[in-house]
Amino acid sequence: MKNPFIRIIEKFRKDKAPKQVIKTEPEVEQLPLKKSDRIIEVKNITKVFDGVTVIDNMNLSIKRGEFVTLLGPSGCGKTTLLRIIAGFETPTEGTVYIENVDVTNTPPYNRPVNTVFQRYALFPHLNVYKNIAFGLKIKKMDKNLIDQKVNAALKMVGLEGYGYRDVTSLSGGQQQRVAIARALVCEPKVLLLDEPLGALDLKMRKEMQEELMAMHKRLGITFIYVTHDQEEALTMSDTVVVINDGVVQQIGTSKKIYDEPANAFVADFIGESNIISGIMVRDFCVSFLGEEFSCVDKGFSKNERVDLVIRPEDISVYPEDSPKGQLVGQVVSSIFKGTFYQMEILCNGYQFTVQSTKETKEGQTVRIGVKPDGIHIMKKLRSTNKFFGEVTGENTVTFCGGDFTFRNTDNLEIGASVVAEIGFDGIELTDDEEDGTIGAYVSQTLYKGTYYQVQIYTDTDEDFYIDTKDEWDLGDRVGVKINPDRLKVERYDPDGEEAREE
Amino acid sequence: MKKKKAKVFRPTAFAFPYLVVTVVFVIVPLILVLVYAFRGENGSFTFDNFRKVFTETETLRQLVQTLELAALSTVVCLLIAYPVAYILSSAPFKKMAILALLFIIPMWINFMLRIFALQSLLNMIGLKKGFAAAVIGIVYDFFPYMLLPIYNVLSNMDKSYVEASRDLGANGVKTFFKVTLPLSFPGVISGVSMMFMPIFSSYAITKMMGDMNTTVIGAKIANLFEYQNYGNYGYGSALSFVLLIVVLLFMTLANFLTRRSQKAPKGGKAA
Amino acid sequence: MKSKASSRLFLILKWVILLVVLAAIYLPLIMIIAYSFSTAKSVGGDFGDFTFVLYEKLFQNKTLLTAAKNTVIIGLVSALLSTILGTTAAIGIHYMRRKTKAAVDAASQITIVNTEIVTAMGFFLLMIFVRDTVRIPVNFSIWWLIITHTVITMPYVVLTVSPRLKQLNPNLLEASMDLGAGPMRSLVTVMLPQLAGAMISGFALAFTLSLDDFVVTNINSFGANVETISTYVYSGIRKKMPSDIRALSTIIFLVVLIVLIVYNVIKNKKAKNEARKNLLK
Repeated sequence: MKNPFIRIIEKFRKDKAPKQVIKTEPEVEQLPLKKSDRIIEVKNITKVFDGVTVIDNMNLSIKRGEFVTLLGPSGCGKTTLLRIIAGFETPTEGTVYIENVDVTNTPPYNRPVNTVFQRYALFPHLNVYKNIAFGLKIKKMDKNLIDQKVNAALKMVGLEGYGYRDVTSLSGGQQQRVAIARALVCEPKVLLLDEPLGALDLKMRKEMQEELMAMHKRLGITFIYVTHDQEEALTMSDTVVVINDGVVQQIGTSKKIYDEPANAFVADFIGESNIISGIMVRDFCVSFLGEEFSCVDKGFSKNERVDLVIRPEDISVYPEDSPKGQLVGQVVSSIFKGTFYQMEILCNGYQFTVQSTKETKEGQTVRIGVKPDGIHIMKKLRSTNKFFGEVTGENTVTFCGGDFTFRNTDNLEIGASVVAEIGFDGIELTDDEEDGTIGAYVSQTLYKGTYYQVQIYTDTDEDFYIDTKDEWDLGDRVGVKINPDRLKVERYDPDGEEAREE
Repeated sequence: MKKKKAKVFRPTAFAFPYLVVTVVFVIVPLILVLVYAFRGENGSFTFDNFRKVFTETETLRQLVQTLELAALSTVVCLLIAYPVAYILSSAPFKKMAILALLFIIPMWINFMLRIFALQSLLNMIGLKKGFAAAVIGIVYDFFPYMLLPIYNVLSNMDKSYVEASRDLGANGVKTFFKVTLPLSFPGVISGVSMMFMPIFSSYAITKMMGDMNTTVIGAKIANLFEYQNYGNYGYGSALSFVLLIVVLLFMTLANFLTRRSQKAPKGGKAA
Repeated sequence: MKSKASSRLFLILKWVILLVVLAAIYLPLIMIIAYSFSTAKSVGGDFGDFTFVLYEKLFQNKTLLTAAKNTVIIGLVSALLSTILGTTAAIGIHYMRRKTKAAVDAASQITIVNTEIVTAMGFFLLMIFVRDTVRIPVNFSIWWLIITHTVITMPYVVLTVSPRLKQLNPNLLEASMDLGAGPMRSLVTVMLPQLAGAMISGFALAFTLSLDDFVVTNINSFGANVETISTYVYSGIRKKMPSDIRALSTIIFLVVLIVLIVYNVIKNKKAKNEARKNLLK
């Protein structure tokens, strides 16, 4: 309540209703890898569970020897992707390659990868030694060789002398080491780790993070690491893959993902951030909260609506009478966090989160400023709603299961296939579902500084984006009304299909 | 949209043999019951079998008597089993695990032998075969099955509910009727459903304990076989079908009651 | 003072209730045991001399011995089969998605909730149908009884094994396959050792259910001349109840009692060891 910054809460979608993945085009800049560099490639992977799309047409290449992290909120599809690579799940569509060999239908026991499970999955009836030797025994390896390898593995994870211990008698950290040794002793080409540190306490987790990084460096094999902990992802990995709603949002180094988030989701998910809606006035100049600011981004069209992200540590705080700083605001709260102050500052209706070493007091009036390179401009995920529909009356168009009135200026005939387009602000939501033309669930709300961007999805599994002054609760049923003047209806042109968003 | 055939082994495949057996030996027989129920002597479709079931006064009388017998025995059994379960799960007795075991040991003894033993005893004390003896026999046979689920719920029930009730000023009797009894309801339902429907098939007990006039509807079906009434499967099937409907109605009722009682915080699980 | 006295009265009352019910349960059994050492025509008759005559008679009663043998064979074989089917099924069902799981669970519930006479009738019709309509040369036999007993007991094995599976680490089977073991090997080397306890319980349950069965056996042994203890006693109602049943009953009571006591002693010992192990941690 106090922090109206950003609310991306999508858990709801999994619980209450069939999920429909947002069809947006996230910026996935991935340099094409040379064939020999590619250790894993997933192509057009889609996975549907009970009618719910968990992974939506995903493409991803992983470079040999890298430490790659799949990062995203719970339920985003990252674990499913890992399980598809391991072979525990078969994709509904698409192909998985390991070392350029199609393994889509290869069972897990014939794949050159091994997994470290979230809750270890050690075999309780076998002791530490036998757990580690399990995979080697299946390969019918010579007994002496097994002995050698198991002892080396025990040494590697620092559990020498623990071979004859009962696995259930070990602590969580020790069990995790055994799980890692058990997987690594099989010498996989790729080690898959599914939130392996999730069950450990903070101190243990830090320790294991460092050990895993050291192990990766020493062994030189590819690690694919799944986590929902952004800090863990940023510290450990060479490459971070941010996933949301079954779609890759951004791929890049830790630094790039933090400094240049590709969209509002990534910006919000990685670190703390202020996300504001603005307009790109011209190259190197963006306007938001009524002021124009210099920035370092260019290449947007004139007056294009954009999202911009400012990290809390990139905001400078000046006294009220200082000539510096473009915005005047009031300190709502200020908490000392050990090395800096965390403040909430209200400026022109937007509440900024600011981290600064300067002390401020609650109620104080201050000026704040942002350097050009502290503002990061992102393309809006989508700027209009487009749906495929049919003209069903003189002034009626049917889409998303509802009959909407529109101004038929083009004299479209009844039965014509059309594309209906409505801007974010051409839609009105009503509390009572009956008051709207169709009903829908509120699936996401995002505070954009001066208004809320609400995402709803209809009973026909389509998404609408609406800009509204009102706050709407997640999961509520709402009615959808569309202003006939704002509803653009065009004849559907199959040749232009590629250009269409929906 | 080509769908690839998944060749990857799914652990769900382990259930395959069981599913095949279930379909062949459970689903198919039920379909056969349905088919034979609507089949006339010459193999044509007919309602005759059902007409016979519902017009024969003897069958209707047996159906009514079965319901009477089932209802009465279930109530009597519940009235004995509940206090016993309650006492066994209360303070000094709770720790005597062997004591509870003594009450359910008969479960492991062939019921026919137990009924034989009971019949011998009743015979000895001079109780004649008849309706009352049949009720005693049924109660004797099903007692452990009624006791166990109630005992499980009561002994797993969180003590703090009772303590909270006492704390809020309810006396022992009030606490029992307002807290313990409602919370143990799932166990009662479970016990009742383990007894009520099986009584329909308990013709062995009524034959051993009852007189000529005391019988359950299951006996009617069994008689078709015993007196070598070959070819008369249609009638037996129609009767079975009616019983199947009764089972369904009863289970729906039991599920409904269980769900309603579980809206309250759970007291414990019936094993 | 007063409340102490009344609570004492309550305690006595509780004991009285328990003892009366226990007496009602055990009196018939005790009478049978007692009269198994008498040649009296029926229980309660003139006891006469203490004698083992009935036991001698029992061991010469070929029909009854065969019935006992059949009961044990049907029980053991069907319990074995239903343990195999039920355990593998429980594992498979465990990994199913919610909807499929609900459907399979509903199907397994059928034999549990259905009243036995209908189940028995269904089996009978299946045999008639396969024999007379499909014309496969099969007939009622001890094997048919084994099959029917397997079918009615296997859902109980599923019910016994499933809770244990839920306690296991969800990734065990996957971990084994991940390390290179095929499905069957994973089943035998990883899953079965975890489920051994539950499987034994399931087997015991299936076995006792089979021993106790009367209705399905009665209807489906018709014309097959296969008798079990249940059908033997039942047929005694119409004829004359042979007095050596008392000897058989006594033996069965004692076996059950011994097995249960031994089982509980072992269980308690195990629990104690477990507790000691946990303390040492």
